[in-house]
Amino acid sequence: MAKITFITTNDENITVEGDSGSVMELAVQNNIAGIDGDCGGVCSCATCHVHVDPEFVSQTGEASEIEKDMLELDDNANEFSRLCCQLDVSDELDGVILRVAQ
Amino acid sequence: MKKSEFPDPFEQARVEKGYGEMNDQDDPVTMLLRLKDVRKTAHNWKTFQSGATPGRIVVPSEVNIRDTRQIPFEVDPPMHGDYRKILEPWFKRPLEAEYQAQLKQQINEIVDEMLKLDSVEVVEEFSLRLQSRALTLLLNIPYEEAEVWIGWGTHVFRSEGVALDGDKANILYDYIDKQIDRAIEKPGDDLYSVLLASEVNGKKLTKEEVKGVMILTFAGGRDTVINAVTNSIAYFAEHPESLARLKAEPEITGKAVEELIRYFAPLTHMGRVVTEDTQVCEHAKKADSRVSLCWASANRDAGVFDKPNEVVLDRKINPHVSFGFSHHNCLGATHARQIMNILLKTLAEKVSSIDILECEENIEDLDQFQRKVGYDSLNVKFN
Ligand code: FES
Repeated sequence: MAKITFITTNDENITVEGDSGSVMELAVQNNIAGIDGDCGGVCSCATCHVHVDPEFVSQTGEASEIEKDMLELDDNANEFSRLCCQLDVSDELDGVILRVAQ
Repeated sequence: MKKSEFPDPFEQARVEKGYGEMNDQDDPVTMLLRLKDVRKTAHNWKTFQSGATPGRIVVPSEVNIRDTRQIPFEVDPPMHGDYRKILEPWFKRPLEAEYQAQLKQQINEIVDEMLKLDSVEVVEEFSLRLQSRALTLLLNIPYEEAEVWIGWGTHVFRSEGVALDGDKANILYDYIDKQIDRAIEKPGDDLYSVLLASEVNGKKLTKEEVKGVMILTFAGGRDTVINAVTNSIAYFAEHPESLARLKAEPEITGKAVEELIRYFAPLTHMGRVVTEDTQVCEHAKKADSRVSLCWASANRDAGVFDKPNEVVLDRKINPHVSFGFSHHNCLGATHARQIMNILLKTLAEKVSSIDILECEENIEDLDQFQRKVGYDSLNVKFN
């Protein structure tokens, strides 16, 4: 079980729990505002963009080339950006804080 | 070659030069063929604008057959974003359970009907009807209205043999004018009425603006959805193992939808007008000339996609651009994805196999390239 906290663009704090699937799926199941997951998680829509709280970057790891290419052209992207459909929910992510991008 | 195969005519030009050339009514187009270039150019709206003369970013150009600006499609940021903001909640309605239940019922019904027939011409009898009926949900208007649009046939925007037909386009424009007047007289909870009541930057949308959104809604989702649906039927006819797999593993349906849409790229390309002298692929482009973002070619870029010319039903990383990219990505994508998702599930549930009896391919003539985009007709038997 991993507890993951989302901070929405309205500064709402929502902590949810999961043990499988992607972080995007977990967010959509819990109606986290701003995470739409339009493409179902195949890295094609960028509607699952989050900023990883800097403290937790080592837990989430680095984006793949393809993911980076998608983010590169997103005006709201920065070094902490991830497409959370590319993050698998696992114990390793326990405690992570993710800020939903604009 | 299998009948359901969609070859990639762009490969050589994409690898060697990165672009192709097409003349279009004496307003030539440089087609960008690589995924990275397509994305960068789509993102750079200042140099590659959408807000040019109405109809000019479409290829073939519609400058001679239309004056109404399609909204938000032919508007650049920041105004573009202001329109998008009011439209997006409406166009995300396909995510609601009630919408999906109704769409499912429509698709169930039409598949059941097809199963009873000995031969079905998929384009007219199946895809056009399915698309038209589903559009009543997106517009939130009575189901019966679909009959009017079905009556127009598949070629309201493009008649057979003629890429652009002004008279036919007028059928649609007149129809939309009438519907707007009706909604002014008797507002309801349909898209026309909602638009008429909407404000952008503190100003009510004008009739012309409402018309611009409605033309886009009708035109953008017609050929594209019809092609996606028809091509999928052809694919499953020749790939019964894929149909069986979807039945056994319905959880991959979402990935299968994205993959089919990548492979088919129902819209080949979309243009932009260059606003300043610049370069694309080390090739000089003058201000006021045109480029196009070739989604169909970008989707086969071997630098990004493994086995680009194969349908890998559960492709896990699939950054395709069939719905466009960046600011102007497809407003109707949520609706289109729902249609495809429910269609695939319904076919997997109800259909054991499909036989292709006869087909005629629809080949787009892009000067340097000839691209199969769908079928003019496809006769099948659903089993
Ligand atoms: S859900 Fe589409 S890119 Fe993550």
